[in-house]
Amino acid sequence: MSSQRPSAWYAVPAFGFFALFAALPMLLVIYLSFTAWDSLGTPQLNGGENWARLLDDAEARASVWRTLVLMVVSWLVQTPIALLIGVWAAGKQRSRAVLSSIFFLPLLLSTTAIALLWNALMEPNFGAFVGGPLFLGDPDIALYTVVLVISWQFIPFHTLLYQGAARAVPPSLYEAATIDGASRVGKFRHITLPQLRYTIVTSSVLMLVGSLTTFDTVLILTGGGPGTATRILPLHMYITGFKGFEMGYASAIAVVLVVLGTALSLAVMRWSGFRSMSSQQEGS
Amino acid sequence: MKSRPNWPAGLFALVWLAIVVGPLLYLVTVSLRSRAEYLGKSAWEIPDALTLDNYVTVLTGNFSQYLLNNVIVTVATVAIVVLVTVPAAYAVVRNTSPFLQRGFTLLLMGLAIPAQATIIPVYLMITRMRLYDTLTAVILPTAAFALPVAMLVLVNSLRDVPRELYEAQAIDGAGPLRVLVSLVLPLARPAIMTVVVYTALNAWNGFLFPLVLTQSESSRVLTLGLWDYQGQFGTNVPALLAAVTLSVLPIFAVYLIGRRFLLSGLTAGFGK
Repeated sequence: MSSQRPSAWYAVPAFGFFALFAALPMLLVIYLSFTAWDSLGTPQLNGGENWARLLDDAEARASVWRTLVLMVVSWLVQTPIALLIGVWAAGKQRSRAVLSSIFFLPLLLSTTAIALLWNALMEPNFGAFVGGPLFLGDPDIALYTVVLVISWQFIPFHTLLYQGAARAVPPSLYEAATIDGASRVGKFRHITLPQLRYTIVTSSVLMLVGSLTTFDTVLILTGGGPGTATRILPLHMYITGFKGFEMGYASAIAVVLVVLGTALSLAVMRWSGFRSMSSQQEGS
Repeated sequence: MKSRPNWPAGLFALVWLAIVVGPLLYLVTVSLRSRAEYLGKSAWEIPDALTLDNYVTVLTGNFSQYLLNNVIVTVATVAIVVLVTVPAAYAVVRNTSPFLQRGFTLLLMGLAIPAQATIIPVYLMITRMRLYDTLTAVILPTAAFALPVAMLVLVNSLRDVPRELYEAQAIDGAGPLRVLVSLVLPLARPAIMTVVVYTALNAWNGFLFPLVLTQSESSRVLTLGLWDYQGQFGTNVPALLAAVTLSVLPIFAVYLIGRRFLLSGLTAGFGK
């Protein structure tokens, strides 16, 4: 009967394609991080020069710090709102169904469209908040303004995750708690939150890795400015490579980005016992 | 059991509604204002008249070229992804060879690769392949980075197909290719739809690969075109927002027709 099974060749185009355009670049970027390359000629090996320089680069350190701030603040802003709205939208009431279909509208806009829209909204002379703070023009709050725009864009997505998960919570749990006289807040704390813990992990990983790799939004909103106030790590890499033509050095920054991203995903999953979850699900 | 209405949550939802709808309303209304109205009046004042002039300005420019490029990139990316992942997912589910299983695991690790980190080597490869500044340059990496999620969705769905169905086909003497066409394709249709929507959205909204791999106007996609308008239109914000609105319309149409598919494509691999 084994001859009736598809041969391994069925998978070769997909694997080959992925190897060429995603896996190979991952290896190449490590190689390039040990070269000097101005984007035109041929990359020349230069030992660990880029890496030595990276250790001394105050601007790179500052951009890592800004990236961390962006990650933490966007997590703190997005998670509670997405969780509450998602659980609320999971209700079966008609009003909730109608409102949640509106809540998802920002998902239809591309990052570019959203960044351009918010640029227009926050335009200091003719925008929607004339006379208010300078938002993107003020170095002290520009990074937090970026967080607001990112949150507006991505809360709907995480709401969707929480809505789906909240709908999967067995109603019998709530009925039992109601009979026991639990309050609404009590039910939320002792039933909803524990039942959603794996969704919280998934959503948090996506959020943290998403903020780590934020690029288009910041490039369009501020280009990294004012000054370098919003120059986060991916933007620092892009500007170093494609504007400063130091592709080798930019590759070293890219490697840091990959390492941070992988470490972050692994840490969150380890810390939250994500693995034990998958075995539980298989068992059920 | 009827529950009492939850007033604080309802109030919170209304506030959130205003935050979501406010900017979208601004987008549409400003795109319908004349430039003079925009410069002369506050955003909160009701305009004297609405106009479609901004849309005319946008549509008589390069917008149609950008739109066409976007359609080409999106269709080609989706076609590549579906063509290579459906047979591959079938093989991963039905063929237990360790080569395949290990390959699949490696592919899933690709979920963790941030595209941002690969743009320099991808740029190197594309220029060496003499594809720089072509739509093909955008299509190839965009498709490659959609593969892990597409495979995850398809393999998960095909694993749910009962073994007996495959065996019945085998008893009928069907070869793997016929099983693929007459069994796998129909059964995996919802999963394929999810993959199509997910891939199409990524390709349609792609920014990074077009940014570093194209340059000239003839190979410019919509996202970069919009960004370019910001500089080109200067203070003509109504025209810029008209272009932004136009760029959203195709996706909005899909949302109206198949909301379920769109949402499943958005959460591909992560939602329930």
